[in-house]
Amino acid sequence: MRAADTAAIAAGLRIGMPATKAQALVKDLIVNDADPQGDAEALDRLALWALRRYAPIVAPDPPDGLVVDTTGADHLHGGESAMLTDMVKRLAAAGFAARAAIADSWGAAHALARFVAGPVIVVPPAGNANAIMRLPIAALRLPADMVDSLRKLGLDRILDLVAKPRAPLALRFGPELGRRLDQAMGRLSEPIDPIRPPDITEVRRMFGEPIGAAETIARYTGKLVGELCDVLETRSLGARRLDLLLHRVDNRIETIRIGTALPLRDTKRLTRLLTDKIETIDPGFGIELMRLAATIAEPLVARQTISSLIETPEADVSDLIDTLSNRVGEERLYRMAPMASDVPERSVRRVAPTAPESGEGWPRHWPRPARLLPVPEPIETVALLPDHPPVTFIWRGIRRRVKRADGPERIFGEWWRRDAELIAVRDYFQVEDEAGERYWIYRAGDGEDLTTGSHRWFLHGIFG
Amino acid sequence: MSAPAPPAVISDLRERIQRLEGSIARRRTVLPFGIREIDRVLPGGGLAVGSLHEVAGGGNGAIDGAAAALFAAGIAARTRGKVLWCVTKPDLFAPAIAQAGLPPDRVIYVEAGDEKSILACFEEGLRHPGLGAVVAEVARLSMTASRRLQLAAETSGSIGIAIRRWRRQTEAVDFGQPTASVTRWRVSVLPSTPLPVPGIGRARWQLELIRCRGAESADFEVEGCDDEGRLALPSNVVYRSSQKEIGRRRTSA
Repeated sequence: MRAADTAAIAAGLRIGMPATKAQALVKDLIVNDADPQGDAEALDRLALWALRRYAPIVAPDPPDGLVVDTTGADHLHGGESAMLTDMVKRLAAAGFAARAAIADSWGAAHALARFVAGPVIVVPPAGNANAIMRLPIAALRLPADMVDSLRKLGLDRILDLVAKPRAPLALRFGPELGRRLDQAMGRLSEPIDPIRPPDITEVRRMFGEPIGAAETIARYTGKLVGELCDVLETRSLGARRLDLLLHRVDNRIETIRIGTALPLRDTKRLTRLLTDKIETIDPGFGIELMRLAATIAEPLVARQTISSLIETPEADVSDLIDTLSNRVGEERLYRMAPMASDVPERSVRRVAPTAPESGEGWPRHWPRPARLLPVPEPIETVALLPDHPPVTFIWRGIRRRVKRADGPERIFGEWWRRDAELIAVRDYFQVEDEAGERYWIYRAGDGEDLTTGSHRWFLHGIFG
Repeated sequence: MSAPAPPAVISDLRERIQRLEGSIARRRTVLPFGIREIDRVLPGGGLAVGSLHEVAGGGNGAIDGAAAALFAAGIAARTRGKVLWCVTKPDLFAPAIAQAGLPPDRVIYVEAGDEKSILACFEEGLRHPGLGAVVAEVARLSMTASRRLQLAAETSGSIGIAIRRWRRQTEAVDFGQPTASVTRWRVSVLPSTPLPVPGIGRARWQLELIRCRGAESADFEVEGCDDEGRLALPSNVVYRSSQKEIGRRRTSA
């Protein structure tokens, strides 16, 4: 038996058991033939998916893992733990139960993902050694028979192994044990050989003498982009995502990844996007190979521009969008679009800045505040129920006397969303205090029936 | 509408100074407010295009910046092209901006993490020639930073508006520090236009032009932006007595 799902494990089956024994233990067991070839191919497909979505350096870690170098890639997904959660969720949606870990070294991340993560764990920088000390030796990626013989010697955990002198262990088990231990601790580098899709558009340049100066890197980046654009043009493609891989002489790979909002084949703009990020890479002792690949490329065909004499074309801002989204992250750049909802916080949604213009807007007849508080803040009021605005209210410790008011604007809950909103009501008032400051406040409930809301008052927005 | 024509000597001197500044190649264009009283005060008869302007709220507006945001939206609405709006805190409510004349299709928001990256985004936007206006909500604006922004705006010719917005009231004294911006405004809310019936009329602002390069400071009482981003002067002709107190209203109701 090579693999089992959670139900099978719960029924008492173990990996490594003969299939006949398993069938004897559980009635009507569903047995499928192992397909290592198919598994490896599926893992490659997953690796390509992760490459397109998350980071430029991804490799399959057979039999059941992926390894991703997330250096400089996590901020585009909202930080390390947000990225892991997103990854696990997306895999779950595709039918994979996944666990994920981020650590300083491949070895530690491998161990933590398999033995600790539930389902995600992020080890702070330099926290490697502490995090893996208590794990079993099997977490070290050693051959099974070596793990068995170590256990027979009474060595169960990594911490037992670290305490022992290295020389006798190396004599008994060979250099593999020390190497794996050092790799997990991050004392020994372990380069990741990134997977490349077969149909990728890639150009490369070898250097006889390693280069290191930022200007030199920028110059050769420009040359590579030129070559890549030529190749893309023959295929009538435009790049949506570019990865620049800089192989250092000490076998590490530094990467720069950029994304564009629309398919792009403009040498100048792509070079600018890439060279903007040169300061983030560390050339170490020098770079001997540069590879530039269009990880995501989409069809880009020539288009006719407006030739009419009177029509002035709308200025193109997609280059600005690219520059900014590579700097602050794609999801931090957006446009607001209307949603058909009366509930204020649901009436707006974010769309991509390059989304087609809908020309839609919100209804104009009700005034809306310039600032909407993220969470409505409770206020204390003196008000006459059911349909009068408050006479005074206290917000953030300051009592304000209401001079003028307008309302109520009644907003009903959206019963099709949640049962709790079936009869929920909010009554919004616009109030103005003596200084002329205008606020948007509401009462939960219609003021008569307590089932429609708690009758408490909240401040939701500030008018200009 | 236009300012009284200066004597030939003065205009000649101005031209020579501009040549020294190296900005003679650009034709100075302005964006008029369309209100005679305000445009008369501003040099050239309107808000200078291709330069940096500062707007802050008065009183509590220094923290929430609600009126200042609407004032900026009204200016941006009257330009052509897309508008880039850089924020640190996403509490701007898009329907209100649309009501000030700036439809949602025209505004691209950038949510920058900190003050430093917001200034970088602001500058990047100002350097781009295709935008109508670039608005950024910043707390600190040093002389160096504002000079960079001003130069960036001069190269592209779009209007840069820095909405100064602080965390605390005490930090608002920062607004006294000199910057390289061309104009500096303070927008404070006033009691709204009185209506003959109970309710709240059009918003009114105290608009103070605190500093303006090449002109005197001034202040105005205006009515807030309409749905095309235009301000208005309150007319005193239809001035009526204000609405009755809320508390007393119920006896008549």
